[in-house]
Amino acid sequence: MSIAQATPQVAAPTVVNAAVDRSKLTEKISIRNLDFYYGDAKALKGITLPLYGGLVTAFIGPSGCGKSTLLRILNRMYDLYPNQRAEGEVLFDGENLLSPKQDLNHLRARVGMVFQKPTPFPMTIFENIAFGIRLYERLSKSEINDRVESALRRAALWDEVKDKLMANGLSLSGGQQQRLCIARTVAVRPEVILFDEPCSALDPISTAKIEELIDELKEDYTIAIVTHNMQQAARVSDYTAFMYLGELVEFDPTSKIFTTPNDPRTQDYITGRFG
Amino acid sequence: MNPLYGRRKLKNRIAMTLSLLATAFGAGWLVLILAVLLWEGFSGLSLQVFTEMTPPPGSDGGLLNAIVGSLMVTVIAVLIGTPIGILAGTYMAEYGRYAILTTIVRFINDILLSAPSIVVGLFIYEVMVAPMGHFSGIAGAVALAVLVIPVVVRTTEDMLLLVPNQLREAATALGMPRVNVIRHVCYRAAQAGMLTGVLLAVARISGETAPLLFTALNNQFWSTNLNAPMSSLPVVIFQFALSPYADWQKLAWTGALIITFTVLALSITARALVSSRKTS
Repeated sequence: MSIAQATPQVAAPTVVNAAVDRSKLTEKISIRNLDFYYGDAKALKGITLPLYGGLVTAFIGPSGCGKSTLLRILNRMYDLYPNQRAEGEVLFDGENLLSPKQDLNHLRARVGMVFQKPTPFPMTIFENIAFGIRLYERLSKSEINDRVESALRRAALWDEVKDKLMANGLSLSGGQQQRLCIARTVAVRPEVILFDEPCSALDPISTAKIEELIDELKEDYTIAIVTHNMQQAARVSDYTAFMYLGELVEFDPTSKIFTTPNDPRTQDYITGRFG
Repeated sequence: MNPLYGRRKLKNRIAMTLSLLATAFGAGWLVLILAVLLWEGFSGLSLQVFTEMTPPPGSDGGLLNAIVGSLMVTVIAVLIGTPIGILAGTYMAEYGRYAILTTIVRFINDILLSAPSIVVGLFIYEVMVAPMGHFSGIAGAVALAVLVIPVVVRTTEDMLLLVPNQLREAATALGMPRVNVIRHVCYRAAQAGMLTGVLLAVARISGETAPLLFTALNNQFWSTNLNAPMSSLPVVIFQFALSPYADWQKLAWTGALIITFTVLALSITARALVSSRKTS
């Protein structure tokens, strides 16, 4: 059999989140039999998986396993590029978001995304946030100001930028830029937030801040996070999905994945034997 | 010393000397041209040049009608050419990035970019001047616009392609419609480069003579009527420089000096804009 079973178990990262009672959970997003193609290359093979409302689901796996690809399906980001297509079903509150009738801008307003590299727009800090709000709501100036402030507070950035809201968003540090991007996403009031390796370009202190934020945000949002950092997955998530070569190997409560995984490949990966 | 190393050093010295000589040869002509231009043109530079009309041979005058004509024709050409160029460049970089049409348009645009301007002049003569029955300032502006378009298309496309896709994705992920993504995010990120493209186009057309000879022709007198022949600096220089009159030749030198330094100033502005974009 595999090496994992033959050798003594290596200590896995500690898990803080207790197991959740599965019967009380609602499936905010249900992924069913999802295949994905880059041209002729099949990148995802028959993925079936729920994203539970109000919880954090982490996607882990070695590079190229398809976890980012999966995330980019949930807001149809792949639609920007030719020759990429998804087959199967992704139900978002019961409706298939892969349907050609899906209004993409509306979907993306409901499913926000934070990227690996901080991507502030080339405008002021205030405008970076106000811009997204104005897309879908007609608000008075004072309402916009309130919304910008609450979004910045939500992203734990307010105290650092309140005196320079008219400064260029690009003048902030990397960690601040990333929190600005989170504030921008939160300001639009989505239902789901997707994090695509949000901390991989940040220092440990900024990383800790963002993890703290994710923990607070899950009260109001359904969250999916792709990460290469297993400690991070263990720290922030309630459920973890381990993916390998385009397949979903294992999906379980985070505490179970990191202590008693079912699959030897999961075991090998979380103990650092490959990947 | 290692003999291999010594030989390499010698080779290096020879190669460096050769490239220095080549550079000096090229730059030398430029310096010579500018020096002669300054020498011949500067002495004729006076307020009169900017306030009086082109004179008949043997009397005093300036270049006012030519300068105003040039300005009008150039501004109109830019007003016609820039929107077309920016829209086409936007299509190629944003909407049709993967389309076959884009590849075809880019190829044609590159040909147009290097097309001899006299051909453009002849073309506009055929489609505008001949049907209208007379030369006109507007025909000159259209001819120059045809020269503006490929420059602007090229720089707009290039500058938009430099905008990282992550920025587009980030804007799209907020639920921003494509037209807003392009207008408020991509254009804003690429604006310095796009403006540079327009300035380079102005620099290119402000010295063009051939297309104007067939379209706007020339005018001895003050005229701002776009429907009539119009004077312009390059054509006046062409005509005056070939004339046998010393005072006309003098004015031609002065005109040449004005054009050269305007173009130089535009190029420097364009470069400054690009480098300020890089550092910001």
